[in-house]
Amino acid sequence: MAGPADMKLAELRDALKKKEVTSLEATDAYLARMDKAKALNAYVIDTADKARDMAKASDAKLTKGEGGDLEGVPLGIKDLFCTEGVQTTAGSHMLGGFAPRYESTVTANLWRDGAVCLGKLNMDEFAMGSSNETSYYGNVINPWRRNDGGNADLTPGGSSGGSAASVAARLCAAATATDTGGSIRQPASLTGTVGVKPTYGRCSRWGIVAFASSLDQAGPIAQDVRDAAIMLKSMAGHDPKDSTSIDCPVPDYEAVLGQSVKGLKIGVPKEYRIDGMPEEIEKLWAEGVQWMKDAGCEIVDISLPLTKYALPVYYIVAPAEASSNLARYDGVKYGLRASEFKDITSMYENTRAEGFGNEVKRRILIGTYVLSAGYYDAYYLRAQKVRKKIFDEFTDAFSKVDLILTPSAPSAAFGLGEKSDDPVQMYLNDVFTVTANLAGLPGASVPAGLDKQGLPLGLQLLAKPFDEETMFKGMYALEQAANFTARPNEWWG
Amino acid sequence: MAIDKETVRKVAHLARIAEPEERLEPLAKELSGILGWIEQLNEVDVEGVEAMASTVDVKLPMREDAVTEGYTGGGQPENVVANAPKTEDHFFVVPKVVE
Repeated sequence: MAGPADMKLAELRDALKKKEVTSLEATDAYLARMDKAKALNAYVIDTADKARDMAKASDAKLTKGEGGDLEGVPLGIKDLFCTEGVQTTAGSHMLGGFAPRYESTVTANLWRDGAVCLGKLNMDEFAMGSSNETSYYGNVINPWRRNDGGNADLTPGGSSGGSAASVAARLCAAATATDTGGSIRQPASLTGTVGVKPTYGRCSRWGIVAFASSLDQAGPIAQDVRDAAIMLKSMAGHDPKDSTSIDCPVPDYEAVLGQSVKGLKIGVPKEYRIDGMPEEIEKLWAEGVQWMKDAGCEIVDISLPLTKYALPVYYIVAPAEASSNLARYDGVKYGLRASEFKDITSMYENTRAEGFGNEVKRRILIGTYVLSAGYYDAYYLRAQKVRKKIFDEFTDAFSKVDLILTPSAPSAAFGLGEKSDDPVQMYLNDVFTVTANLAGLPGASVPAGLDKQGLPLGLQLLAKPFDEETMFKGMYALEQAANFTARPNEWWG
Repeated sequence: MAIDKETVRKVAHLARIAEPEERLEPLAKELSGILGWIEQLNEVDVEGVEAMASTVDVKLPMREDAVTEGYTGGGQPENVVANAPKTEDHFFVVPKVVE
């Protein structure tokens, strides 16, 4: 029998219920793997003692035949989720040592269902980045390497780089993540994992360090579609503490897997081709279309002409909201306070200069600028209007189709440092994912193939608001057809 | 629209981020580059379009005006100040602000 850390989440869940393995064994297996994989820098901290305590509590329940849907299953938590008494840094120096006195709703839901916390996962600072290179705690290294023998360190994508790398390297059964412009789906695509961003409002944002509140949404990164379905069911649900969380029942996403996709209309938007996109991605996309056709879906060519404006809209809306959200880091209530200052204003200014990294500062400055007197109408208001037009364009498209199929990202994993000199080049990573955030739609990335360098590539499915069930049906069909079984070589230890 | 050094200085002050003099010029260049790219939005006709702040099409929920239990219920000064850099008797301590 395979060891507990070699199993998918669903297999481990079932083995735990059947008492073929204990949660403590599984937890220790993952902790040992995490120890050997320090080179990947996927975790900011492990919570080994807490994990073993939680595992023992789960084992006590499992022995009695009790326990929740995730009883005893060890998970990694993106360091953007507040965890009571456990350091929560958001990848920033500003929050070094910050130990929240409360638990985020999403993680509380996972613990309610019996999951075990292995540690906190590295990420781009305040979730601002697409390569995990903006973390104060160092780059995360993608477990995947090119097959050219060069051994260059590649990015796992971002901002949920630690989540994606840890799932790809099997340093947890699955991980939580968040997606503001593509931060779940792009890293999933770059690491051969499944990433799901649900509809805005599906998961509570309470206790998640805020970046851009009208776009942020939590979701899972997992080893396969079934695992992602199990995770989302536990994470999701109405929460009175988040006024934008929607009060509607959470379906059993696992139950729809394998249901026929025959007759589903799949939209293929011609605008999701960009200059310089590798031919292999175009080819894989065409293959994906054929797979859905073979499964009985009807393919519909659609047009989303405003697609190219989505990123510029995002780079007004997200920094504007971030500049407001991050105003709370003032050296007074929690987090860092600068040691040198002469009055309260310089205390604020020096604290924020020391605590924030360059990308975060850049976005706060853009946000402050586009909201400032004289520029508000030209930038912020215009962006909100274009956002409405993008939203309407999707609403119109979804009156004709059930799902939309696109590539997840415009490239495979790239080398660390390759794009970090040019912010706009880095921003283009999210060109296919950001539209779903602006329109509040659910979206998911499913690994679909390898490029000629042996690196994974994902395909994205978008669905109607709150229709994650159809999305999961489609994801499962894609997964079955793609039959993606490749794994990275374990060069890290 | 290109941003100059003085605008960066002003915006950095509004955002309460100390930027050293030698960073202002490079930042002006960076931000101008990003805003130049953003300005393609001027091509979109937004005449008569309503500005959208949220995709959630529901009325914000109201709750009874009553003290609640738990995290949001008040009465937990120790928890509120637990992570503050400097406190005294459940107060946040800051440099003197009134002469």
